[in-house]
Amino acid sequence: MTDESVGTVYVAQGGDWDEIVRAQADRGDETIVINMGPQHPSTHGVLRLILEMDGETVTSLRPGIGFLHTGIEKNMEYRTFSQGSTFVTRMDYVAPIFNEVAYCLAVEKLLDMKVPERADVLRVLFMELNRIASHLVAVGTGGMEIGALTMMTIGFREREMILDFFEAVCGTRMNHAYVRPGGVSIDLPDDGLPRLKGVIDWLHKHLWEYGAFCNENPIFKGRMKGVATLDLTQCMVYGASGPVLRAAGFPWDLRKAQPYCGYETYDFDVITWDTNDAYGRFRIRLAEMSESLKIVEQCYDRLEETTGQPVMVEDPKYAWPAQLTVGADGQGNSNEHIKHIMGESMEALIHHFKTVTEGFRVPAGQAYAAIESPKGELGCHVVSDGGTRPYRVHMRDPGFNHLQAAPAMCEGAMISDVVVAVASLDPVLGGVDR
Amino acid sequence: MTEPSSADLAEVKAAASAPAREVTRQGMWGHGSGDTSGYGGIVRSFERFPRADRPYGSYFDEIVDRLHGLLPGMDLEHVVVAHDELTIFVPKADLLDVLTACRDDALLRFEVCVSVSGVHFPDMVGEELHAVYHLLSITHNRRLRLQVTCADADSHIPSSVSVYPMTDWHERETYDMFGIIFDGHPALTRILMPDDWDGFPQRKDYPLGGIPVEYKGAVVPPPDQRRSYS
Repeated sequence: MTDESVGTVYVAQGGDWDEIVRAQADRGDETIVINMGPQHPSTHGVLRLILEMDGETVTSLRPGIGFLHTGIEKNMEYRTFSQGSTFVTRMDYVAPIFNEVAYCLAVEKLLDMKVPERADVLRVLFMELNRIASHLVAVGTGGMEIGALTMMTIGFREREMILDFFEAVCGTRMNHAYVRPGGVSIDLPDDGLPRLKGVIDWLHKHLWEYGAFCNENPIFKGRMKGVATLDLTQCMVYGASGPVLRAAGFPWDLRKAQPYCGYETYDFDVITWDTNDAYGRFRIRLAEMSESLKIVEQCYDRLEETTGQPVMVEDPKYAWPAQLTVGADGQGNSNEHIKHIMGESMEALIHHFKTVTEGFRVPAGQAYAAIESPKGELGCHVVSDGGTRPYRVHMRDPGFNHLQAAPAMCEGAMISDVVVAVASLDPVLGGVDR
Repeated sequence: MTEPSSADLAEVKAAASAPAREVTRQGMWGHGSGDTSGYGGIVRSFERFPRADRPYGSYFDEIVDRLHGLLPGMDLEHVVVAHDELTIFVPKADLLDVLTACRDDALLRFEVCVSVSGVHFPDMVGEELHAVYHLLSITHNRRLRLQVTCADADSHIPSSVSVYPMTDWHERETYDMFGIIFDGHPALTRILMPDDWDGFPQRKDYPLGGIPVEYKGAVVPPPDQRRSYS
C-alpha cells in the first residue's frame, strides 16, 4: 500500500494471497508485516503482536493487548469487599491466589486489621504452592513452544497434584476466592496435612526432572541463551521485577525487601542469574520452585503446630458468618451453622443476612499493597469512600508492565526468538487485560 | 473575649481559600446502593484526604523536607499519611519537576514508577479526576504515592513518560478508562478498549455493562438496571 504523505505503508490486515504476493514482488524488498495472534498458541492467551519483518529479522514489534479485557475492576465497584476476592481471582488465572492476597492485604490495610497466625500460614502455603504451579506452566508451555514437549506434559502432571490439593481444601481448582479480607475462607480438611505431605513428597520426587531434561540440553540452550536479553539498565527503564529483574543479577524480592504475611520468618533464598536472557529466567524459575518447596515444608510444620486455631479474624463485624466445610458432595454448607441461624437464633440469622448481602464497611481512604507474584510485583490499589463496596480497585499486573519491554527484547532478533521472549516474560493475558 | 491574633486570622483565611475537600455521602452503604432499609436518608460528611500533621513519622518527614529543599516555593503542603503510606498531592504544573527530583536526587532515588492509576470523584468539583503515581525506591526500600488532580472540564495532566519510561502503558490505560489526557505522551491511544470505543468506562458516570443483552429471545437488562438486593 502506498500513501502519498508517508511513502510505502506496510499493513497487517491480510487479504487475498495472490495480491499480497504480487504487491510484494512489485516492491522488490523483503519487508513484510505479520500479525501474530491474538489467536496464537504461543501468545499465552490472546496477545496480538504486530511484527514488521525484514526477511526473518524483526525490525519492529508492537504488542496489542485488551482482547481479554473483562471489566473486572469496574465490576468490583458494584459488589461488596468480600465478593472482591471472587473477582480478582479471575485476573491472572494461572496465579489466582496472588491476586487474592494482594487485594486482601490492601483491604486489611484500610481496616487496620491483623489476621490470625494460621491464616497467614495458610496464605503463604497457598501462595508458594501456587508459585510452583505458575512456574510449572511458565516453563512447561515455554518449553513446549520451542519443541520440548515433555516439559509441558510433566509440568501439568505436577501442577495437577497441586490443583488437587487446592480442590480438596477449598473446593475449586481455579478461581478459588480462598483468601478473603480477614483471613481465608476455610481451614484445612481433616485429611489436609497428610494430603499436603503427599504433595510435598511428589514434588520432591519430580521437581529435579526439569533441570535434568533441559539445563544442559544443547538444543534448549541454543534456543534460550543470549535470547531476549534485558540487562539491569533496561530492567530499570522498563520497571521490570520478578524473574526478569533477577535474571539481570539483581536480588530484588518483595518477600525479603518488604515482607508481608510473615515471610520474614521463613527460611529461603532469593535466586539470581547473571545472563540477562531467557535461559537465566528459566533457571531462576526452576530454582524458585525448590525454594518454594522449602517454604511449603516450613508451612507444614507450622500448620501442625497451629491446628485448631482460627483462620479468620474473630471480630464478627468482618468475619464471614458461616463456617464452611467441603462435604462429600462437594458443597460447602455447614449443617451446624444452618441449624443455628434457622432454628435457634433470630439475631444470628439477621447478622448472617446483613453481613452476606450488605457486607462490612471499610473506612474512607486508599491503600496500595504489593506482593511478589511469580511474575514480579503485583500491586493492588484500593480506594474506599467508607461504604461496603470498593470505590476503586486497580491491579498493577507485572505482565502488563513487562510486555512493554517486548519490543526491546525482540527487535533485531529472529522471529523464532519472539516466541521465546514472550514466554520468558510469562505474561498471563487475564491479568494483563483484566 | 480576646482579639484573634494575626496568625489565627491568617490560618482562617488560608482554610477559607483552600478548595473544599469535604464531601458528603448519603445512606449507609456508599455510592449508588439500592438500599431499601430506610437508612438511605442518613447524610454524612467526611474528608476524603485529610491533611496530616507533623511529624509524619517513619521516613516520611525526610522525603517531604527533601522535596521542599529541592523545589522551594512549590505547593506540596497537602500531605496525607495513612496506613503507613505517604501521599503527596502535587499541582499538575509541577508534576514533572517533582518526578524528576524523585528520580534523580540521591536521597530520594525513586527508580521505578510501578503504577499509574486513576480515580474519579465526581463530587470533588474542580478536581474530579485523580492520577495516582506509585513510586518505588529500590535503593532506600521506600514507597511514595504522588497524587495529581485535574478537572473534568480540563482533563489534562503532563505525561510522566519522559521521566519514567515504564509508565507508557499505565498512562494509556488511565486515559482509556478515565479520559485523562497525558500531554506529551508518545502515543496516547486506547489500550484495553477497542480503538473506536465511546466513553471512558471507569468513570463513575459510566454505567456498569451499559447495554442490554439478548439471549434466546429474552432480554437481560444491563446490571445497573436490574433489581438490586443490596
